[in-house]
Amino acid sequence: MELYVTEISKYVIALCAVLYTMFSYLVFIYRGEKRRQPLYAIQIFFLFATQFSLFIQIFARTGSKRYFALCMIQMVAILLTTSLFKMVYPDGNRLIINNMCFLLMVGMIVLTRISYGRGIRQFLIASVSIILAFVIPELLFRMEFLERAGWFFAGLGLMLLVVLFLYGQVANGSRINFSIFGITFMPSELGKLIFVFFASSVLSMKNDFKTVALASAVAAAHVIILVLLKDLGSALIYFVVYLCIVLVATNNPFYFAGGLLLGSFASVFAYNIFPHIRTRVNAFLDPWTSIETGGYQISQSLFAISGGGAFGLGLYSGTPTSIPYVEADFIFSAIAEELGIIFASCIALVCLSTFIMILLEAYKIRNDFGRLMCVGFGVTYIFQVFLTIGGNSKFIPLTGVTLPLVSYGGTSVVVTIIMLSLIEGECLVRSDERYQDYLRKKRGEAVGKKE
Amino acid sequence: MEKKNKPYSIIFIGAFNIILFITMLVYISVYAYTHKVEMIDNSYNAHQALLKKQNTRGTIYSSDGKELAVTLTDENGDEKRDYPFGKVFAHAVGFATNGRSGLEDLANYYLINSDISLSQKAKAYDNGEKYPGNNVYSSLDTNLQQTSYDALSAHKGAVIVTEVKTGRILAMVSKPDFDPNSIERDWDELTKDDGNTELLNRVSQGLYPPGSTFKIITALEYYRENHEAYKDFSFTCTGSFSNGADTINCYHGENHGKLDFTKAFAKSCNSAFANISLTLDKSSFNNTLKDLMFGDVIPWDMSASVSNANCDENTSSGDMMQLAIGQGTDTISPLHLNMITMAIANDGMLVKPRLIDSVVSAEGKVIKKYDTENYKRLLSVDEADFLQQLMEEVVNTGTATRLKGLTYSAAGKTGSAEFMTSSSDSHAWFTGFAPCENPQIAVTIIVENAGSGGEFAVPISKRVFDTYFGVD
Repeated sequence: MELYVTEISKYVIALCAVLYTMFSYLVFIYRGEKRRQPLYAIQIFFLFATQFSLFIQIFARTGSKRYFALCMIQMVAILLTTSLFKMVYPDGNRLIINNMCFLLMVGMIVLTRISYGRGIRQFLIASVSIILAFVIPELLFRMEFLERAGWFFAGLGLMLLVVLFLYGQVANGSRINFSIFGITFMPSELGKLIFVFFASSVLSMKNDFKTVALASAVAAAHVIILVLLKDLGSALIYFVVYLCIVLVATNNPFYFAGGLLLGSFASVFAYNIFPHIRTRVNAFLDPWTSIETGGYQISQSLFAISGGGAFGLGLYSGTPTSIPYVEADFIFSAIAEELGIIFASCIALVCLSTFIMILLEAYKIRNDFGRLMCVGFGVTYIFQVFLTIGGNSKFIPLTGVTLPLVSYGGTSVVVTIIMLSLIEGECLVRSDERYQDYLRKKRGEAVGKKE
Repeated sequence: MEKKNKPYSIIFIGAFNIILFITMLVYISVYAYTHKVEMIDNSYNAHQALLKKQNTRGTIYSSDGKELAVTLTDENGDEKRDYPFGKVFAHAVGFATNGRSGLEDLANYYLINSDISLSQKAKAYDNGEKYPGNNVYSSLDTNLQQTSYDALSAHKGAVIVTEVKTGRILAMVSKPDFDPNSIERDWDELTKDDGNTELLNRVSQGLYPPGSTFKIITALEYYRENHEAYKDFSFTCTGSFSNGADTINCYHGENHGKLDFTKAFAKSCNSAFANISLTLDKSSFNNTLKDLMFGDVIPWDMSASVSNANCDENTSSGDMMQLAIGQGTDTISPLHLNMITMAIANDGMLVKPRLIDSVVSAEGKVIKKYDTENYKRLLSVDEADFLQQLMEEVVNTGTATRLKGLTYSAAGKTGSAEFMTSSSDSHAWFTGFAPCENPQIAVTIIVENAGSGGEFAVPISKRVFDTYFGVD
């Protein structure tokens, strides 16, 4: 009997995830949030269906009742998040919130499977972050002065990284952790927020050559410090995010192309200077022969992805812990192994759908700061997803970046949820723009001008 | 601020990421699917242990339905891999502990997986039993294998028997051998020092001087350059041939007298072929060698040695003479020579040799069927026909007359490869096919350090052919 449940639930889980993902793209048919509402409702249904079937599989496999309580608590938390959000921010974008809940849900279940304690911890951190997320959009809406504090953010970000450089703790060969009042966190994650604020603010005020050059120097300083900290993943993210913000701010492809060229030179240079980069690249090129010397992680990750097949081995049926640091850096492989490549692809596509929605919001918004910030956060988000999934699957060399919202890691979850809520805040700004347009139209003025 | 630029850059960023993600997901799926077998077989993969715990290793059957390797479970649930034929299939079937070899390695993925239906799995699960792994049906034939094994007796050497039209391997014997039933116990002994070669599969991994069997290739090159003019060839053998300081002797200094091309081949006259070698175009000869996969990887799914034979414009006359009669630095594996023979017998087309016919689940559902796979054309139909006639003449009037006058007609080429200049000992070769009218099987035999091919290898081939054609 248990066998029937675990086997059949594999297909049910994959089907629910596919349907959820399908609806996260179907919503793009309609341009306004109002007409998307019924689709969102169906989407939420499939979210719960996925969650429920995952727990059924866990229960059939382990027979442990404690998972039922956990399942109920998580369902209530998600229900609260989605419905409260709708009440507090009727103008916010619901796709971003639904996708966030879906990814958090999958992450928590997979983390619980890998390590029960960590799964619970992740749940608590995510809950606190979501409460923060209810407050932050409103705050942003009221604090317009932030938009002009770009150079302040530049200083703050650099200071954070310098402090990290001087006093940070070494973890896995990189100096990335920082402890204060007994809480350990990763400043480079927090730094992403500050960095996007800085770049968006400075470049939204002015986009002439002098400003771009100056801002680029500050951005380069960020990246160089991160490289010195051996946090290559973050360095790459800062770099790409900055290039995208410049591209959107100036609409000048030459800055972008020049940046890419410079980045390529820097990569070759870094490859020749740092032995750990060479190890990574060699493991990427040929993981099998270097399995003893640096290809171990990536080999195990590939075994996991390939071993799961289309529908996975089922939760608690694989060996995800044979990949070192699976809960943070290789969560995608763990998902592919136990839930299958179809499910894992759905995760990637849900992330992509969030990103497309963010860009769509950025496209519509007229406030320059808001637009750049949305693009900045969107690219931060999707590029991390790309680095993790691509690195896990040997599509690109491994960089050791977490999968936002899904991977274990308190700072990453808090920062990502705050980023998404700030984007929601910009949605409010946009609907306010619309409202102002409406008022002006009523008064017979021209539409599209800023006050 | 007012001159609002349309944010095309945002569309660009979005489109770029969509393409990137789709490419990546397609890559992941394709890579995972195409590398699945290779990855499961990697010894670092934890899924192997997982599958072992879940499934009983499947059975390997011969094509005539006999068990070649089977896992027995005792009442305590302890498993033991049993090989009913012991040493007879040692290299062909291989072993599955202390690493893997042979079919146990080649088909490992299928043997450790179980594709029985869910209801059967549930039944086994409820009884607390493991799932039965998939069974592998090999192309090996127990009669031919046993005959080849017995015929080689106590000699070191190798025998391979293949179907020329399908590539199915019917027998594959290598000696010295080992007993797969006691491989764990014997492991230290087998791997003690470099002198022990019991684990080496001489069929594919052994490299020998081809000796006179190489004349097949020299004859092919001569035909390619001269076509029908080969009929005008004439040579008077005096037991040796000299060119400057280089001298080539016929086997045991035999004097063959006046020969045409067919006779020179049939009698395996070294002097005549040394003489021929001086007329050959060196770069054209090298191309022929490349066509026949010398210095190249042969189409074989397990480890194989790369044969060596080449020449260029700088090759001296002395070396050309050695090359033409398969001595000097030339080397070939028995499997490679068998492939060339297969191609000749199959009108020039080489079919990829294979050991597995099909993989079938414990319930009898066919999981994978291996089809005949044309590898490539090694020589033209005309050339194959020419070589077939030459090889028939070897049986009729040449060095393999022991195969003459039987209920079936055979063709082939013998070889007596000298491997040490100081000694008169030689490896006995025979490679051939039967029946001549419509070739079915190709047989290649090497008996190490035995003597002449006609005396020691041909009788073994006769026993193999007899068994195949059902002659007592």
